[in-house]
Amino acid sequence: MHKEEIYRVHFPYREDMVIEGFRFGKGDPTACILGAIRGNEIQQMYICSQLIRELKELEMNGCINAGKSILVVPVVNSIGINTGRRFFGVEDVDINRDFPGRNDGDTTGRIAYEIFDRVKEYTYGIQLTSFYMTGEFVPHVRMMETGYQNTSLANLFGLPYVVVRKPSPLDTKTLNYNWQDEMTAAFSLYTNRNDTIDDESALQALSAVLRFLTRMGIIRYESHSGFISHIIMEDDLTDVYVGKGGIFRGLVKPGEYVRYGYPIAEIRDPYEGFIKEAIIAPTSGIVFFAHTEALITQGEMAYRLIHRLHQ
Amino acid sequence: MKEEVFSIELPVGERFVINKNRIEGKRPRTKRLAIVTGIHGDEFEGQYVCYETARRLLEGQEFLTGTVDIYPALNPLGLEQAEHKIPKLGLDLNRMFPGKKNGTAMEQAAAAIVEDISGADMCLDVHAGDVFVKEIPQVRVSERFADQLLPFAKLLNADMIWTNATATVHESTLTYSMNMLGVPSMVLELGVGTRIDRGFGNQVVEGIFHLMKELGMWEGSVGEIQYPAISTDGEVDFIRSGSTGVFLPAIAHNHYVRKGDRLGEVVSPLEGKILEEVNAKKSGLVFTLREYPFVREGSLLARILTGIGEE
Repeated sequence: MHKEEIYRVHFPYREDMVIEGFRFGKGDPTACILGAIRGNEIQQMYICSQLIRELKELEMNGCINAGKSILVVPVVNSIGINTGRRFFGVEDVDINRDFPGRNDGDTTGRIAYEIFDRVKEYTYGIQLTSFYMTGEFVPHVRMMETGYQNTSLANLFGLPYVVVRKPSPLDTKTLNYNWQDEMTAAFSLYTNRNDTIDDESALQALSAVLRFLTRMGIIRYESHSGFISHIIMEDDLTDVYVGKGGIFRGLVKPGEYVRYGYPIAEIRDPYEGFIKEAIIAPTSGIVFFAHTEALITQGEMAYRLIHRLHQ
Repeated sequence: MKEEVFSIELPVGERFVINKNRIEGKRPRTKRLAIVTGIHGDEFEGQYVCYETARRLLEGQEFLTGTVDIYPALNPLGLEQAEHKIPKLGLDLNRMFPGKKNGTAMEQAAAAIVEDISGADMCLDVHAGDVFVKEIPQVRVSERFADQLLPFAKLLNADMIWTNATATVHESTLTYSMNMLGVPSMVLELGVGTRIDRGFGNQVVEGIFHLMKELGMWEGSVGEIQYPAISTDGEVDFIRSGSTGVFLPAIAHNHYVRKGDRLGEVVSPLEGKILEEVNAKKSGLVFTLREYPFVREGSLLARILTGIGEE
């Protein structure tokens, strides 16, 4: 393992924020894995740290194939993690909306530029990331429909689902989009948590990355075959919104099967406790995403369902 | 007349409400001007612009021939907390347009705003500089719509018009969305975050009345307006910090500087020394100057409009 400094940011009264990469193997830049770009992506950082632990052992045992090199960047926004802020600095900028960055730009632009300059030559790019809405997902691989996306490759992670999303103008500034623009096969991996650690789904993500690296001939590693992924277009998901604001009591969890017409959540009055609204499943299917916060605003999304899919 | 544009129920004992004030003249259906502000909750300059425009309109309502809709707070929760983005969600409302009628609560709010403004003859979106930099009154128009908008922008009594190259992210802004829907829309930028400069406000309000006169909506008298400097991206010199510390400006905002003039210093309070002397690389008008003292490498210190003579 070779540890290398990717970028360093100075602060007047804090220690430098050092973005470090951990390189394994020697040869062509083959696979790059990125963790916590945002300050609340603790689970993502944890998965990367466990990956580094595994790769260290594999390298010592000679299990990284010749001519292949892997780079893991576990943490980008460490100052955000240490102060409990999702975005970077007093400017509150999302680094993952600043790619490909500029070397003569502002601080986040320079961070994005230096990271991208280091990772853009990799054949495969894997980002462990989080969604802008708080809630839980079933673990999945997400890709943007850029014309270069390859769902067959995404299938090799062996996670239950692969989701293809049509990019909005804002998505063009993400690492995933820019990776694909540079002809890197880019994947975003979502687990069910962000700011807390869930060992089970962290292990599932770790296994998925190792499985992918094995199947692409980068490492030698014996792992379970995983799932044959179900491919979903994001636009085909059935979104369930709430008609009232209040206390949210979810009755189903991500991965569960729900039947059409059955209750899936209740909105309770925060003062008197009565049920203001019973949320009914508009279709039968699997829960793909669930709102998990105790409170909910009228019109917010409570669930996303995979329409007519059975377990 | 106060009208509700959009409302939703927040979780506990409160509604999220976007209001507008509709002021109608003699022939209200002939022309309509929409003045919006408060997309960013830490920008208050638009509050004065809304107040003063409404006050003058109500004082001379007999001279008004069309309708003026004033939306003083598109991000009301942000304004109450002086928060740039939407509180709790951490999303920039001005990256959510044109919104979605069947999307999340704030996507619905964005869609409702767009729907309400649709059909207007002109839309002005008033912003301040953020809390980091102070701006002279300026009109910003997207390069894509510049030919159509420049004749109107010149009437707004701004010190300059900045024609921006269209970055992809601009496609998610309110003005871009309204322009795409056929409502000529411009951004007015003045002052600094969390403050009101009455002088700047009065200057812009005079311009708004000139614009209404040109649109055939105002039959009352108007004062003198100035001819703005018109610039493109190539004429704007960005001055960024090369070090990390505290910036002490040596010049006043809105002044002409010559090449080599001292703009300020970046100092270290801990060490009691100057870390960097910041000098103008080109002659021109300092139209943006940093107000927020802490800087890192890459922080914007000033913007200079070059290619204009000293007046």
